[in-house]
Amino acid sequence: MTNTVHETSEQALVQLLTPEGERRSNAEYDSFIQDVDAEMLRGFYRDMALTRRFDQEATALQRQGQLALWVPLRGQEAAQIGSGRATRPNDYIFPTYREHGVALTRNVDFPQMLRIFRGISNGGWDPRENNFHMYTMVLAAQMPHATGYAMGVQRDQAGWDAERLEKDGTAVVAYFGDGSSSEGEVHESMVFAASFNSPVVFFCQNNQWAISVPFHVQSKVALAERAAGYGFPGIRVDGNDVLAVLAVTRWALDRARRGEGPVLIEAVTYRMSAHTTADDPTKYRLDADEQAWVTRDPMLRLEKHLRDNQLADDAFFEQVVIDGNQMATRVREEAMAFPDPELSQSFANVYAEAHPLIQEELKWHLEYEAGFADNTEEGATR
Amino acid sequence: MSTFNLPDVGEGLTEAEIVTWKVKPGDTVVVNQVFVEIETAKSLVELPSPYAGVVSELHAAEGETLAVGTPLFSVTEAGSTPAPMHNVPDVAEIAESDTPVASEEPGPLVGSGPKADAVKRRARVSRPAVGKSGKTAAQSGGSPVIPAALSDTISRRASEFSQASTRLTAAAKPAVAAFVDRVLAKPPVRKVAKELGVDLRQVIGTGGQGEITRDDVLSYKGQREVERDAAPTFWSPQGVELDSRIVRTPVRGIRKATAKAMVESAFSAPHVSIFVDVDASRTMEYVARLKKSRDFEGIKVSPLLVLAKAVIWAAARNPSVNASWVPTETGAEIQTKHFMNLGIAAATPRGLLVPNIKEAQDLSMRELAIALNDLAETARAGKTSPADMTGGTLTVTNIGVLGIDTGTPIINPGEVAIVAFGTIKQKPWVVDGAVVPRWITTLGGSFDHRVVDGDLSARFMADVASIMQEPALLLD
Repeated sequence: MTNTVHETSEQALVQLLTPEGERRSNAEYDSFIQDVDAEMLRGFYRDMALTRRFDQEATALQRQGQLALWVPLRGQEAAQIGSGRATRPNDYIFPTYREHGVALTRNVDFPQMLRIFRGISNGGWDPRENNFHMYTMVLAAQMPHATGYAMGVQRDQAGWDAERLEKDGTAVVAYFGDGSSSEGEVHESMVFAASFNSPVVFFCQNNQWAISVPFHVQSKVALAERAAGYGFPGIRVDGNDVLAVLAVTRWALDRARRGEGPVLIEAVTYRMSAHTTADDPTKYRLDADEQAWVTRDPMLRLEKHLRDNQLADDAFFEQVVIDGNQMATRVREEAMAFPDPELSQSFANVYAEAHPLIQEELKWHLEYEAGFADNTEEGATR
Repeated sequence: MSTFNLPDVGEGLTEAEIVTWKVKPGDTVVVNQVFVEIETAKSLVELPSPYAGVVSELHAAEGETLAVGTPLFSVTEAGSTPAPMHNVPDVAEIAESDTPVASEEPGPLVGSGPKADAVKRRARVSRPAVGKSGKTAAQSGGSPVIPAALSDTISRRASEFSQASTRLTAAAKPAVAAFVDRVLAKPPVRKVAKELGVDLRQVIGTGGQGEITRDDVLSYKGQREVERDAAPTFWSPQGVELDSRIVRTPVRGIRKATAKAMVESAFSAPHVSIFVDVDASRTMEYVARLKKSRDFEGIKVSPLLVLAKAVIWAAARNPSVNASWVPTETGAEIQTKHFMNLGIAAATPRGLLVPNIKEAQDLSMRELAIALNDLAETARAGKTSPADMTGGTLTVTNIGVLGIDTGTPIINPGEVAIVAFGTIKQKPWVVDGAVVPRWITTLGGSFDHRVVDGDLSARFMADVASIMQEPALLLD
């Protein structure tokens, strides 16, 4: 059996909302967003606004010396909220380090996302609670993990009939960026996913810049076109259009759940901010380049749509701002109050179960620490 | 009052320049209000205030470069906290460019690698006032070039900074001294050493940071064992060829230099040696008190410290011992040195070395202790440089550490006096007509009789001895 490979050469972007906020009908994908009503649209806007406000507060905290680093996502809110809201609770997500919007859709509390950047945790949340994996700092390292996880899912779900798969099946989403697309792990994970027809959706946010390397240096063709080489569908979607991203991701997840194999989604978007707080994008990209994307701001587009169609009023937008500020104040307070971790806690996370060597080392460590306590007392005696 | 210290806004930045203050003392600020614009090696950054209240002090002027961690501004917090400012600037808005916009697209920067701050700093052309959200347009063509004068300033600043940080390290020493002065070795290596009964201070570290590795401990232990184990078979039996009973070791390197110096000294300077027994009990008490003193926390203190201080003190009262005999065309002259570069003879793995502590007369007891530690550590690590060994004016040799009471030291060439410090041990001593156990040591001294006569040398040794007997005399 061969997979249907989408027409990819010079494939147009899937777009359901124009930059002016006009809804465009699309025979193929409209059916995937039939349930989206005014309340859901307002919800998406709210998600995006809160995420952006959180991003600003975290940036300020970094500037105030409270975080070692921060990874801003401004401009990528639609790609993240649209794809995140397309997942079901039993789907499993492998994020990069920039997926703050996706994390929101998986009910990870904002302050928890700061812990790793404050240097007090290797994770910040329990991935098992929300099926949202820890942020991965090593570029593309999460890709083979995602494919491996999806292969595990296949084994867990062996023997399920189509109906059960459709209803309770798990799909896996592997997030990555255009920079990661040049890493070997991406290739390997796609080869394996294709070979085993695993239920994994490769979701690439092509934000045009791998730190300072522009996309055209990374690839001669649209990333979505690469999927053809692996033998699964690749699709380009307007990453600043929350509805299109939602529809396309739902389509891909349904397909994966049914056992029809992986999909590569290339969400075309733009990193409106710096790569990280240690980066200055004005050194490598032109002002005109940035300005061109301002009119394509994903929040602006949804706001226009909501206002033009009388789906939200001023009071709604004002309330979103107030809620965002309250959230930001809470994030700041909680982040500053995080306790510092004890080194001894590290021993708890080496193996899933108690391990004699680790126990011995923990014991040794505690004795070693206790030895310092004695010395301190001795030193204090006059 | 809360003081906000300059944070590292990039990754691993060490300093930033104050470009523009957006507030002045007396102004009210709210949380996240931009209060200053700084320029780092990486970018121009606006800093949002973490505090709400009234600005009480700006700790630096515009144009000044501050080290990360130093105070930036202080805020007296208001009784009721004003609402935070929610119009937070974003990174992209903050990072305003002053790099001229090139006509061509700039190439990728990845892989260009980080450079030292000093060279990476961009030249800043005079900047027109920029609106809050404004990005400066192209200001000039071409690529940024650091003018020579500016580049000089930058490198001077960099070196000042590194000097400052060295001073800082020295000042911060007491707090962390226990760790800094400790012999470097990882805990498992310490454990091995403890089990084998090896004193880590005697082992030379070969690790990347000079730390002692497990192999160092094992090889030290092995070396000692080889030497001891070899003792029973050291003597060769009679009857075999004579040549095989004699091991020939070529004389080179430090052995050769030592031999030359000793011959030169012993046969050009007529030595006179004198000895004195001293009750050093007070010195021992004094050393014990210093060890417990907080000022000396983490600093190794030994009776040698007191002796060194005593020698410096006594030399000032008997200047002829701190001198040189210098042949001239018309004969010779005696150069009396009004400074003390105190040599300390040290047995090192490379052989006998005599590094000296420069300008030792200016050092406090604590500074002298640190200098002695550093000198010993450097010598033990085999890192003593030739500069450390030249210019000495008077030498102390601590033969006591080897358990020897005294000996006739040979003067270090170019000097006229050397003091040998014997072992300190409890001996019966007569105090007020009763025999009591006291800590006794023997001081030996050799002097170049061409410069120092018997009476002068005796006076000098008596002065040194008086300090060892009563260190409190140093206070006069």
